[in-house]
Amino acid sequence: MGKNLLDKVWAAHTVRELPSGQTQLFIGLHLIHEVTSPQAFQMMREQGLKGLFPERTIATVDHIIPTDTRQRPFADGQAEAMMSAIERNCREFGIRLFDRDSGDQGIVHVIGPELGLTQPAMTIACGDSHTSTHGAFGAVAFGIGTSQVRDVLATQCLAIQKPRVRRINVEGKLQPGVYAKDVILQIIRTLGVKGGVGCAYEYAGEVLRRMSMEERMTICNMSIEGGARCGYVAPDTTTFDYLRGRRFAPTAETYDEAVRWWQGMASDADAAYDDEVLIDGGAIAPVVTWGINPGQAISVEERIPSPESFAADERETADDAYTYMGLQPGSPIAGTRIDVAFIGSCTNGRLSDLREAAKVAKLGKVKPHVKALVVPGSQSVARAAEKEGLDDIFRSAGFEWRLPGCSMCLAMNPDKLSGRQVCASSSNRNFKGRQGSPSGRTLLMSPAMVAAAAIEGVVADVRPLLRAEGA
Amino acid sequence: MSQLTPIHRVTGRPIPLRGNDIDTDRIIPARFMKAVTFDGLGQYVFHDVRFDAGGAPQAHVMNEPRFQAKGPRVAVVNKNFGCGSSREHAPQALLRWGVKAIVGESFADIFFGNCVALGIPCVSGTAEVVAELMKAVEAEPAHDLTVDLDSLTVTYQTKSYPVTIPAGARRQLIEGTWDATRVLLEAAETIRATAERLPYVRGFAARSK
Repeated sequence: MGKNLLDKVWAAHTVRELPSGQTQLFIGLHLIHEVTSPQAFQMMREQGLKGLFPERTIATVDHIIPTDTRQRPFADGQAEAMMSAIERNCREFGIRLFDRDSGDQGIVHVIGPELGLTQPAMTIACGDSHTSTHGAFGAVAFGIGTSQVRDVLATQCLAIQKPRVRRINVEGKLQPGVYAKDVILQIIRTLGVKGGVGCAYEYAGEVLRRMSMEERMTICNMSIEGGARCGYVAPDTTTFDYLRGRRFAPTAETYDEAVRWWQGMASDADAAYDDEVLIDGGAIAPVVTWGINPGQAISVEERIPSPESFAADERETADDAYTYMGLQPGSPIAGTRIDVAFIGSCTNGRLSDLREAAKVAKLGKVKPHVKALVVPGSQSVARAAEKEGLDDIFRSAGFEWRLPGCSMCLAMNPDKLSGRQVCASSSNRNFKGRQGSPSGRTLLMSPAMVAAAAIEGVVADVRPLLRAEGA
Repeated sequence: MSQLTPIHRVTGRPIPLRGNDIDTDRIIPARFMKAVTFDGLGQYVFHDVRFDAGGAPQAHVMNEPRFQAKGPRVAVVNKNFGCGSSREHAPQALLRWGVKAIVGESFADIFFGNCVALGIPCVSGTAEVVAELMKAVEAEPAHDLTVDLDSLTVTYQTKSYPVTIPAGARRQLIEGTWDATRVLLEAAETIRATAERLPYVRGFAARSK
């Protein structure tokens, strides 16, 4: 029996087995941002600790940063204090910070890949649950808490239990108008929000093989929403081609050597898995969430499920969701009126996401009752999009074109829902209150579906729009 | 680094937090994370389900007079508690509110690890055990609930229930080694040797013979 990628990466990064039965695992790349790191630096100071490999930690600012102004100090004093703290901490501990003046600032899970920092067979950690994104490169990447951020700063290691590995094979061919976002929502809908607890998900199959790196990032990003702490795709020529020439990727002189090592770390053809799941990619239609967790999702053609369709122990969450969302069992999700449309986030804030959304935005105008925002994932994404004129397409359709950041995905900056507003969102979580209003409502969907909802004013199937236009 | 006190047993008044898939956004909404310390988070735990938009208390177990108690508390929860974000602010907020241990059906991975790092044992019982315990504490909350990591039981009034916790986490708690930094640093030399073996750390340069 061969080995899967997780086995190989785990073995290569094991410092030792700890008495607790956990592994002391070396972390090749540590990413930090302003929300979950300040307390870790404070603990470092209080405990007299120094960074062990400060050059292996990279910082940026994304969560609290305003998207409508570059002005400092920020109007929000708390946000300004967090910004000043990360600047000071990075200076003091010798950590490279990609801030707005660097031209490379952006959402931490967008900039790691685009700078070539994220590479196959690395271990990557960040105080952010969407660190699973980096698994798209065949890295083993997971979110950690702040005490563990301190552990990595001080020791470049984590004490961690090795997960089981479940392979998810997505076979067939996606229909036009069906995107990576729909695939991962379908996976979560099928396996449940706790289906992946204790697991790493290895995504494989024809659909994944054909996907671009950005699409694979969207899939891996939401692994955590299925309960899996990490998710990955074994690296292949798509991965290697993406990395070639990127700023922190191996240089031309060492590139072939790097590819040889990366190829050797990919899962063997006869690798063993704890279990395997098959998903029919051709059967997936655009998916929309209707409830208060990402597993409460249906295709845009379906109706809100009836209470009877839930297992006994899911019934209570379903009842809670009907009430919170104000949606009736049996009513179609298509046609649900929206107030806000948000395109962006570490899930869907990359250039290809903006291109797909722009194709739809071109077909109409944002309805007058809808506030629509496009927030590029990074300064680099923004520059590339502006070069193609995507910003003009969005603006002339009535969308606001903002500066990069996490923005309305979790609303720690001024971009928030108010009251019970309904938001069609390309982000990753539809939890109660997630988008900044304690009673705000989120419908997760692909960026193209968000654009369709913005111009229709209601949840709408993007496929007929694309067909009519031959887009 | 401070030596930690081993945790064999936690006793406190129960607080039942019913429901599956209670996410960390609900435990501590993101807007309360706009700070550079964890201080004061306790007052915001479950804020948006405890208080309405005007700040008035709503029907929530944490607001009920019969669930007010001084001293340490033990939470009783259902499935997949703490799912979602990796924010340590969630267990920090619970801890600062008074929660020193949690009994539930299951926990999200990152949340569980964050709790261990703070010395908060999260023990799991079967659906039947948790249902019975939840009923017992809801019916009559004015008794101490004890989580015992040596015997792997929780005891309420006169009744004891079997629970589990992964062996590694149990050992960290009962040996006082859950604050991992110190343990990890013991292997400083091996950390460097491991790094040196990794081709990408060496810049994919040939290994020196």
